[in-house]
Amino acid sequence: MNLQSVPLEYYLTLSAILFVIGAVGVLTRRNAIIIFMSIELMLNAVNLTLVAFSQFFGDPGGQIFVFFVMAVAAAEAAVGLAIVLALFRNKQTVYVDEVNIMKW
Amino acid sequence: MLQDFLNSAPIPLLSALATLVMLLDAMKRDGARIVFGFSVFSLTAAMAAAIYTMFLPDKTTAFNNMITCGGYGAYFDIVFCLGGVLTLLAARPFLLASNTEHGEFYSLILFSICGMFLIAHSNNLLTLFIGIEVMSVSFYILSGYLRTSRFSIEASLKYFLLGAFITGFLVYGMALIYGSAGALGYNEIYQAVQGETGARFPMILLLGMGLLIIGLSFKSAIFPFHQWAPDVYQGAPTIVTAFMSTAGKAAAFSAFIPILAVLTPESSSPVAAKIGMLLAVLSAATMLVGNISAVVQKNIKRMLAYSSVAHAGYMMMGLAAGSVRGASGIVFYVTAYMFMQIGAFILISALERGSEERYQNLEDYAGLAKKHPVMAALMSVFMLSLTGIPPFAGFFGKYYLFTAAIESGYTWLTIIAVISSVISVYFYIGLIVAMYFRESDVQEQDSRPGLAGISLVISAAGVIILGVIPQFIDKIAKSLF
Repeated sequence: MNLQSVPLEYYLTLSAILFVIGAVGVLTRRNAIIIFMSIELMLNAVNLTLVAFSQFFGDPGGQIFVFFVMAVAAAEAAVGLAIVLALFRNKQTVYVDEVNIMKW
Repeated sequence: MLQDFLNSAPIPLLSALATLVMLLDAMKRDGARIVFGFSVFSLTAAMAAAIYTMFLPDKTTAFNNMITCGGYGAYFDIVFCLGGVLTLLAARPFLLASNTEHGEFYSLILFSICGMFLIAHSNNLLTLFIGIEVMSVSFYILSGYLRTSRFSIEASLKYFLLGAFITGFLVYGMALIYGSAGALGYNEIYQAVQGETGARFPMILLLGMGLLIIGLSFKSAIFPFHQWAPDVYQGAPTIVTAFMSTAGKAAAFSAFIPILAVLTPESSSPVAAKIGMLLAVLSAATMLVGNISAVVQKNIKRMLAYSSVAHAGYMMMGLAAGSVRGASGIVFYVTAYMFMQIGAFILISALERGSEERYQNLEDYAGLAKKHPVMAALMSVFMLSLTGIPPFAGFFGKYYLFTAAIESGYTWLTIIAVISSVISVYFYIGLIVAMYFRESDVQEQDSRPGLAGISLVISAAGVIILGVIPQFIDKIAKSLF
């Protein structure tokens, strides 16, 4: 099937829906690791947008951007999981609503 | 190619040296002292390179228009390096006192400065994104540096989750701007936004601009995206807070100024007026929320965190003004703010001496003038400058921004700014009153700031010099645009 036959709007709508699902996941879930998965979903939704535009314009800039987004997401995953691990060693929990010693 | 490297000297130089610092740390066991010395040397070298590129005859770009050289970016490079050196000098005694000195602390500070360099020099959305991420990821690690401390790890987790969440918005905004302008470079976007046909999908462009502004607002702690700042600034190691709240904020604003200039090319167009109004409202809300919340705080780091939110609001006035005066006002304010805020936090870190309980609450500062007269005097200088009382740097910083806002017709915004400055007198001067006019019965052994003393003296000198001869920096700031 030729990819060109799928109009740009379809890609944009799909990625917007994915992005919203990710954002809602971040706001409603309490488990740090699931929140982190939702963030990854948001970043991948953005990647889809970038690739769709890139294909539409015939300009490689967007696809190169996607490579960097993926690299950054990997770096963030490494740091983020390390932070969650350090949290678990400290407090034996990964639920963000139990992490609240600082309040005003 | 070689010319590109020379024109953008600070970025490749510091990136290479920071990597070297990391390797040095890996190779030498217990070599934290050498790593520290080499880090200070690296920052000084990068600062020298930045001063060299600042006086390049003409403003150019390097690496296929990916980054700008000299001028604006180089000035910010100098500010970041200065903040880095002040932080590093104070960091060693702080880390030694809490017995947590590891070489990676120094290399992380250097890496975050590399990210800031990229932000200030960015001439392409891709460079901006990478710069922001390099800076942020280093900050996530740094704020959780004391990994056995509950406060530090909580700060790190909150900062990481919210920061990564907002990164999603930031990069979505960039993707939509790309989709509308058809290119990632600032020059191409500028032409697409300005051209007769306009951008291809005007709605998508507006949405993208909104998301990008949200992302950058988070990084500079602008209302309503400031909620993370008090928690993170309170929980992170004090020396890290000193660095994040000054250099990190300066970096976010150094991204804001050029990107807004690109996205709103004609200041008379309806879109530019709408964006200006939006920024003005955000600015007013930020200063009021920051200052009013700071009034009720008991913890000094939390109080200064809210006050730093308020200062972001003042800087936002310059963005709302959208003029050269506004932009140069931000540049001046960032410089002044660097000295006064970093000084205040370094002073707290010197008093703490490695304990997470000492000198945390405002009442601990009662009678400080008797116990440590020099510390109390320096703290007063920083507090008076943060309040904006002449002859200190904070006064002229506010003066330039307020006049810029009035010139652009935002008189109401200036009135709100003055009111919120008056509110801020309560807690800044309240601290001075506590230090000088209240007694405390707690006995303290004397504290030796060590190398942190050098940072404190430099910061205080900076605050006073900028306050006495502001024209010097102001002239440089104006020449950048």
